[in-house]
Amino acid sequence: MEALDSLLTRLHAALPEARVAVEPNPAVPAQSSLVVDPDQAVAVARWLRDDPQLRLDYCSNVTGVDWLESTVIEKVRVRRVVDGAEQAVEESVERRRPGYLEAVYHLYSMALGHGPLVLRQRTRNRVDDTRVASLTPIWRSAEFQEREVFDLFGVRFAGHPDLRRILMWEEFEDYPMRKDYVEPDDYEYEPTPHDEVLVKARRHYPAEGLS
Amino acid sequence: MSAAGRPPLPPEDLMGALSTGDLVPEPLASDVPPPPPRPEARYEARPKGPWAEDGEGELLEVSVGPHHPSTHGVFRMDVVLEGERVVRLKPVCGYLHRNHEKIGEGTSYLGSIPYTDRLDYFCSLTNNWAYVLTVEKLAGLQVPERAEYIRVLTAELTRLLNHVCLIGFLVHDMGAMGTPLMYAFREREKLLDLFEALTGSRMMCNYFRFGGCRCDLPPGWLEGVQRFVEEFPRFLDEYERLLNENEILLARSQGIGVLTPELAISAGVTGPMLRASGVNYDVRKVDRYGVYGRFAFRVPLGEHGDTFDRYMIRLLEMRESHRILGQALRGFPAGPILDPKAKLRGFRPRAGEAYGRIEAPKGELGFYLISDGKPNPYRYRVRSPSFVNLTILEDLCLGHTLADAVVILGSVDIVMGEVDR
Repeated sequence: MEALDSLLTRLHAALPEARVAVEPNPAVPAQSSLVVDPDQAVAVARWLRDDPQLRLDYCSNVTGVDWLESTVIEKVRVRRVVDGAEQAVEESVERRRPGYLEAVYHLYSMALGHGPLVLRQRTRNRVDDTRVASLTPIWRSAEFQEREVFDLFGVRFAGHPDLRRILMWEEFEDYPMRKDYVEPDDYEYEPTPHDEVLVKARRHYPAEGLS
Repeated sequence: MSAAGRPPLPPEDLMGALSTGDLVPEPLASDVPPPPPRPEARYEARPKGPWAEDGEGELLEVSVGPHHPSTHGVFRMDVVLEGERVVRLKPVCGYLHRNHEKIGEGTSYLGSIPYTDRLDYFCSLTNNWAYVLTVEKLAGLQVPERAEYIRVLTAELTRLLNHVCLIGFLVHDMGAMGTPLMYAFREREKLLDLFEALTGSRMMCNYFRFGGCRCDLPPGWLEGVQRFVEEFPRFLDEYERLLNENEILLARSQGIGVLTPELAISAGVTGPMLRASGVNYDVRKVDRYGVYGRFAFRVPLGEHGDTFDRYMIRLLEMRESHRILGQALRGFPAGPILDPKAKLRGFRPRAGEAYGRIEAPKGELGFYLISDGKPNPYRYRVRSPSFVNLTILEDLCLGHTLADAVVILGSVDIVMGEVDR
């Protein structure tokens, strides 16, 4: 498959307004991915599918990733006056990286037999603005998988034809695949509780006098 | 009153006695509390076509499953019928959901291998392979040649097992009760015996490790495989003679549930279902993972994309798997089975991510792992073929009868352990 640099050049020529960044992958496969802004995601996806050199007609995998808010420690070189002389000093700066949710798409081409290209969309935060664009209009295979990401991560796919929970039941309230998900205590009633379950059961069914 | 003393019922009363109405006691109006108001049906947008308003026909909403024998596990279809025709079908899954991915994220890389067995419990060895392939990709591990051959052998045996059982289930759904499924299970028994001799377990094999396999072949195992491979074509011939020209099978499967190649590609359908629609895409050929590049085999393709093609593709694929098995047995190398540099316990790959995929019997089985340098993955994702192949179930069933929907679902080949994860 074509290298990401030349792909990006052609993408910017075709869609000048699209904001696309490259996210490097430090592991052995070194499969870098494209981070696309949700506002232009559908246009970029359509270009990736229809471009004659790429023809990424097959969206194999759609999944979500939850990135919590974290502090990143960065080494910065600053010029400081040390002992009366100005010097370049290395300092570590703590930076807060806001948390966000990510939808990751793995694209292949069945027509040309190459791939994968990894496409990512990021939400603005994890709490109230968890919207990305649905790519189901481009690749039908995203239909159930985006529903699953919505179900387990709470990413809202704008433009999805039928965005409902798929694995959890409809009345379920939380998003279990998030990193900060806490399982409710009274998840299941056990008639003969013991050990940890007994501790939970005592908390929730005090009237029954469990001993 | 004893049964002998009861006067014989007239023949018209033997069936449907309750339908006459006079046997149903009238409820006592005064002391029966009114039933509580039922909550609104939560089904989104119950369709009200012009039929219902005209009074000519009514739409009937049927919930098939989750404990219906034809749904292959705890799977439900919300079907809306006009007469006997399906006008809407929504698959409902999640009954077997145990959040496999969350558990995988809380377990070490090694500890997840036995758990992958439980995804598609018919094909535990290919599940193992997809997972360890991804970990090997993530960490850059090499696999010795002998281990690669063992993987090919066991994966192709798994494919035989899956396809032979699928055909048994499929014709069982069409009404061939018993015989074909029993024939299939006879062959499955031989394969499970081979797996048991190799891995110590019949279904939950837990056999592959990053950088190789868990243990070497037991003495005489290859001869056992050789015997099985020699006998298998006779079984296939018999099976095909029994079923291929069966009138009921042809009538129930030809032209039923046609999947066009365009829709199949767009919907990410993989495996035998995709190739039955005539799309030449086999991950064994495209990625050439393992040592598949060394074997000569063909990729059978269908022409019509209907249920019969999906049935036939599986038979043809078994012939090709048989060819691969023969070649692998002839060139079976000696040597180590585990990369000595592979570290199983305390394994911490460098931070980064990898997506690995194999051609499992049901389609493309992919794993997506993100490592943050800790002993357990930050993100562990299973891309299961059964789940994605269900996307187009409604498109296949629309316009067919409910009985055909059962056969179409059988030809999609799902295992709920993998759909719900």
